[in-house]
Amino acid sequence: MTEAHARPNHDYHLVNPSPWPILGSVGAFTMAVGGILWMKGIPFHGIKPGSYIFGAGVLLVLYVMAAWWTDVIREAEYEGSHTRVVQISHRYGMILFIASEVMFFVAWFWAFFDASLFSGEKIEYLRYAFTGGHWPPKGIEAINPWRLPLLNTLILLTSGTTVTWAHYALLQNDRSNLKKGLILTILLGISFTALQAYEYIHAPFAFKGSIYGATFFMATGFHGFHVIIGTIFLSVCLLRVFLGQFTPKQHLGFEFAAWYWHFVDVVWLFLFACIYVWGSWGGIIEH
Amino acid sequence: METTATAHHDAHAHPTGWRRYMFSTNHKDIGTLYIVFALCAGLIGATFSILMRMELQHPGLQIFPFLAQVLDGATKDTAIDAAKNLYNVVITAHGLIMIFFVVMPALIGGFGNWFVPIMIGAPDMAFPRMNNISFWLLVASFALLVISMFVDGAPGMKGFGGGWVMYPPFSSLIGTPGPSEDFVILSVHLAGASSILGAINFITTIFNMRAPGMTLHKMPLYPWAMLVTAFMLLLALPVLAGAITMLLCDRNFGTAFFDPNHGGDPLLYQHLFWFFGHPEVYIMIIPAFGIISQIISTFSKKPIFGYLGMVYAMVAIGAVGFVVWAHHMFTVGLSLDTQRYFVFATMVIAVPTGVKVFSWIATMWGGSISFKTPMLFATGFIVLFTIGGVTGVVLANAGVDRSLHETYYVIAHFHYVMGVAAVFGIFAAFYYWFPKMSGYLLNDKLGKIQFWLMFVGVNVTFFPQHFLGLAGMPRRYIDYPNAYAMWNDVSSIGSYISAVGVFVFLYAVYDAFAKKRVAGDNPWGEGATTLEWSLSSPPPFHTYETLPRIVGADH
Repeated sequence: MTEAHARPNHDYHLVNPSPWPILGSVGAFTMAVGGILWMKGIPFHGIKPGSYIFGAGVLLVLYVMAAWWTDVIREAEYEGSHTRVVQISHRYGMILFIASEVMFFVAWFWAFFDASLFSGEKIEYLRYAFTGGHWPPKGIEAINPWRLPLLNTLILLTSGTTVTWAHYALLQNDRSNLKKGLILTILLGISFTALQAYEYIHAPFAFKGSIYGATFFMATGFHGFHVIIGTIFLSVCLLRVFLGQFTPKQHLGFEFAAWYWHFVDVVWLFLFACIYVWGSWGGIIEH
Repeated sequence: METTATAHHDAHAHPTGWRRYMFSTNHKDIGTLYIVFALCAGLIGATFSILMRMELQHPGLQIFPFLAQVLDGATKDTAIDAAKNLYNVVITAHGLIMIFFVVMPALIGGFGNWFVPIMIGAPDMAFPRMNNISFWLLVASFALLVISMFVDGAPGMKGFGGGWVMYPPFSSLIGTPGPSEDFVILSVHLAGASSILGAINFITTIFNMRAPGMTLHKMPLYPWAMLVTAFMLLLALPVLAGAITMLLCDRNFGTAFFDPNHGGDPLLYQHLFWFFGHPEVYIMIIPAFGIISQIISTFSKKPIFGYLGMVYAMVAIGAVGFVVWAHHMFTVGLSLDTQRYFVFATMVIAVPTGVKVFSWIATMWGGSISFKTPMLFATGFIVLFTIGGVTGVVLANAGVDRSLHETYYVIAHFHYVMGVAAVFGIFAAFYYWFPKMSGYLLNDKLGKIQFWLMFVGVNVTFFPQHFLGLAGMPRRYIDYPNAYAMWNDVSSIGSYISAVGVFVFLYAVYDAFAKKRVAGDNPWGEGATTLEWSLSSPPPFHTYETLPRIVGADH
């Protein structure tokens, strides 16, 4: 390292000043304002600018993400900033991020159990009148858990094994199997999303106007959104593999994508068991 | 300018001008940004409280009909209704501002960023760039909140007036069809994202970047407090994010989470909100616990009494704080068994809290105490926090809460315990660490004048509110019957006294920068044993080029 003599006497990474955080905040602010204008359909001088402002915000946020993480990859790959102790920090960071995501899903499961376990609570008489005192509520035809949802469960579980296959290949420096495992995982992720989209389109109940639709679509929808994020994360890893990045010793980006993938996998298992299987038990099932 | 930081990267050396702050990856600069931000937001939030006290000083409407005509463009005919709405918008904004934009940025983002890395012997935070977006998201969040006050809310009204808790149906389309509540929701979303990222940063920094030899059980109590706080933030805020996302969907996409006509449940919102909200009140006060512990120890020239007990009392408060949330909901129709559990669990928290209060007193016992301004604020904190704590035990009783719920007794309780106590924590920290951060001494006499003005002011403001609450005066109304006139008048006068104290504070800060009395490395003497006092004032840009080694058992 040419500048070794000038480095501080510790292994931590002192990051250079960066324009991305403040630009990212501008993007988030733009998204928020644009989103509200869009949702409320608020006109300005005869046009409704909401969707454009929102879109601009999204583009800025995506640009910041790409630029920021490009910086991170450069610091790791070419500047040697990610020493052993810095890598431990990154592991902590990813674990804690996933922990916060788990708590986010707690909120959606809470909503589901509030509605499903206590649908017969007579003191809440309006709700009782709507649900008929049971779950699924009266008039709701549930999705058959043993068809597409079971297939999706198998797909996600399989993808958990293929990502582990890729990981072991990476540890053995077997780049060809690494690529195969990763490509398979991504394809399985895409098929999950496609099947989920098919299920949504053909769902026998609506998103609007019923607590059943609300809890079902928001919980599984946020999960699906996380699957898409995970698929993109894995795709970035695949791109980096083709660029010759990741070594058997240092491949945090890959590991974090794998952790994240296992996290969405586990969330799905809970969704499958609670919302699809238990939540449709004893109800009318679609044919 | 600091000259001790050697240039190891070109761009690293000395970012200057606006880039130094806008693009900052330096924990001290970001901490300074947070403190300045909290100060500005605090002046706005305090102005709102003075407006409320001016309104409530006498029965009948005082100033809000006029404000509604100026701010909301109400006509003379609509001024009364607009005034009622504006009053509720102001109390809502006051709550959100004081929590998310004053206490949290000052105690966590400000002093936490400045002193957690220094006190554990780390050169910076673990994720310096992410640290920066935590700050700037807060600015974006604040901007959204300000916008919310000036756009349509309740039918024919401006701004959202449903209180910081945003309960549906007040916050759903029924109560607030206009976009103001959407702005509040997204504001809280951004503030929450900022806090979660900050929490990840603090936990990682404290777990992974302590100096060699500093085991967790040798770590000073302020970093310990921040560790507990960060865990609470990490686990509580995502649940709030879920709750307000449901609200957003109910408002805009036709879901039915909180609409009982379609099987939803308004109480679900309250459960989710308070699952966040109760940890949130500890998030606001536990950093102050840590600060007070450092200050009491410094100015008593003794190590803190019962260090391990203090640590695990905070951990216990943090853990139990997650399972007491429904004591905010005793009047919503919970089953008696549920209420019994939440009464009991809530009272359990008094035990570790008592451990802390007694340990602070035991630290002072037999110490050679010097009552410099930070120590005055710290002892003031103990008094205020204890008063608020015991009224908390009163309110923890579901039976008593039947009559005290939503009265000024609750207002008095939480302003003592996490309003003014947390603010006294901020002032204590400011007077304690300002010499280290700026290199200049504050005038101790001005500080003492401020302390006594504020201590008398807040007690005169809030103590009478106990009487008002016991007499049944409800919260969140612009007006009240004549029977409540006297104590409201007293309370308002108290708030003006505190306001004078704030001006003395601002003058004291100006005075310090104008007179430039050099502080030296350690202005507090032998009692100040933590690592920050071994550095220059202000410390070098990158604090430790060589990590300190911790030997012995001092904390």
